[in-house]
Amino acid sequence: MSHSGNWEVVIGLEVHVQLATESKIFSGTSTRTGDEPNRHASLIDLGMPGTLPVVNKEAIRNAIRFGLAVNADIARRSVFERKNYFYPDLPKGYQTTQLAEPIVGAGEVEVQLENGDKKVVRIHHAHLEEDAGKSLHEDFHGQTGIDLNRAGTPLIEIVSEPDMSGAEDAVAFARKLHSIVTSLGICDGDMSQGNMRFDVNISVRRPGEPLGTRTETKNLNSFRFMEKAIALEVARQIDVLEDGGEIVQETRLYNGETNTARSMRTKEDANDYRYFPCPDLLPVMVSEEEIQTLRDELPELPDARKARYIEQYQLSAYDADLLSGSIATARYFETAAEHGGDAKLAANWVMGELAAKLNAEDKDISDSPVSAEHLGELIQRLKDGTISSKIAKQVFEACWNGEGSPDRIIEAQGLKQMSDSGELEKIVDQVIADSPAQVEDYRNADDAKRKKKIGFFVGQVMKATQGKANPQQVNQLLQQKL
Amino acid sequence: MAIDSKVVARAAHLARLRVDDSETAELSARLNDILGMVDQLQQADVDQVEPLAHPLEVSQPLRDDRVTEPDVRDKVLPLAPASEDGCFLVPRVIE
Repeated sequence: MSHSGNWEVVIGLEVHVQLATESKIFSGTSTRTGDEPNRHASLIDLGMPGTLPVVNKEAIRNAIRFGLAVNADIARRSVFERKNYFYPDLPKGYQTTQLAEPIVGAGEVEVQLENGDKKVVRIHHAHLEEDAGKSLHEDFHGQTGIDLNRAGTPLIEIVSEPDMSGAEDAVAFARKLHSIVTSLGICDGDMSQGNMRFDVNISVRRPGEPLGTRTETKNLNSFRFMEKAIALEVARQIDVLEDGGEIVQETRLYNGETNTARSMRTKEDANDYRYFPCPDLLPVMVSEEEIQTLRDELPELPDARKARYIEQYQLSAYDADLLSGSIATARYFETAAEHGGDAKLAANWVMGELAAKLNAEDKDISDSPVSAEHLGELIQRLKDGTISSKIAKQVFEACWNGEGSPDRIIEAQGLKQMSDSGELEKIVDQVIADSPAQVEDYRNADDAKRKKKIGFFVGQVMKATQGKANPQQVNQLLQQKL
Repeated sequence: MAIDSKVVARAAHLARLRVDDSETAELSARLNDILGMVDQLQQADVDQVEPLAHPLEVSQPLRDDRVTEPDVRDKVLPLAPASEDGCFLVPRVIE
């Protein structure tokens, strides 16, 4: 359905970020994933009577690190509260979270849009809380299975101001947050494992009018789904309004497989969470000294890394942006550049051949079969003339398929560029002797035509040497001899 | 705010407490008494007073990020009314 006139879209995000601690936020239980259900559910996580929570220092420090990275105010005192609701994967009957006094106050994040424009998205606040367990609806013949391994895993919930005006802004902001938390090392950033989850608040209005009623689409766990879910919900709201209807404030669930969303029919009173300060936990105090130490220890952040790539490696802003955005890509690129001794070549390979292969096989760069060290070795061989760029692609392919290091592949498959001019000369002589007609043709041509016609001989030599001859050297020899 | 039987019923539902209709009248009267006391407290001048999160003037001790809790699954799972494949079983929950 086509929409008439201008509509403005207003988007705010709530982002849940799982903190990469060893143990849970209120208990010394492992946060490891991938094990059998309920192997990491201690008496505290199970909400057994008589147990008491003790706060994990590293969770506090990670939240502060995030706050410092987005220039936010860090609360010297923050308070945990109970958010009360009943759900089987929440054994205590309340989630321990923060409300009135969160640890991270107002801050901001600058994002870059595709057209190069920059935009600031303000952070309203970020608070610490515990994750819930998992409800498994399959395989339990009509019942629901509860796995509490995740219950109590530390989260920060980052709440943005409604500063985004479309899917592009929202995705750029989400990606930037991903880049920041992974650069800080406070989150593993594996979206497929739910390390980061997004709730998107969306409303639309005519320009100049007050904010429209918003809906919340919950639990999006990929950038692509986020983009699609926003487009879907914006279109739905405009349809409803243009048909004279009203937007109902509600929570919606998006299904990525079908690209559809539905309203979660939650009871009206379900949202009465009756927050109150948790009597089991004292206010968390953070000293100036501690904040200063964390500030001094902050690792390089994405913006600084990008600036360094432009400065140190002379990369274009576009390339620097692509390579610095994800910490995994950045680490890979820097290692390859260092081992290869050529940052530009490394950049081209990482964004070209490697990215294409990773994409084709749906692999993450951290799982690349070609290690950064191996790519560096390949670049070295390319630089010192051991192999041509055509052969380099062949070596890369072999390395990807697990046939060993580039040096071993070059050696084992005899791919070294022919540098012995004596041997090459023989082949050139042979090619000339075998092609009297073409030689005649070449000699009768003028300079401009000769340049074209020499291609035939180069091709023949490359064929005879199986691509191992240095094309420049071949050209030179041919010109001398013809 | 005055508490009537409807509010009592709702509060009871949120807390998953079974409250008989015959009890709501008395409960609302008692809750209203408590709220009367709260109203009295509201009159105190607290402009210069920080909100209190905890009566003790100490801050939260923190623990190091180490795994210290053992796996207790084999002890606790049998205590549940039903379990299967390492999971606690509950009546089907559909969102």
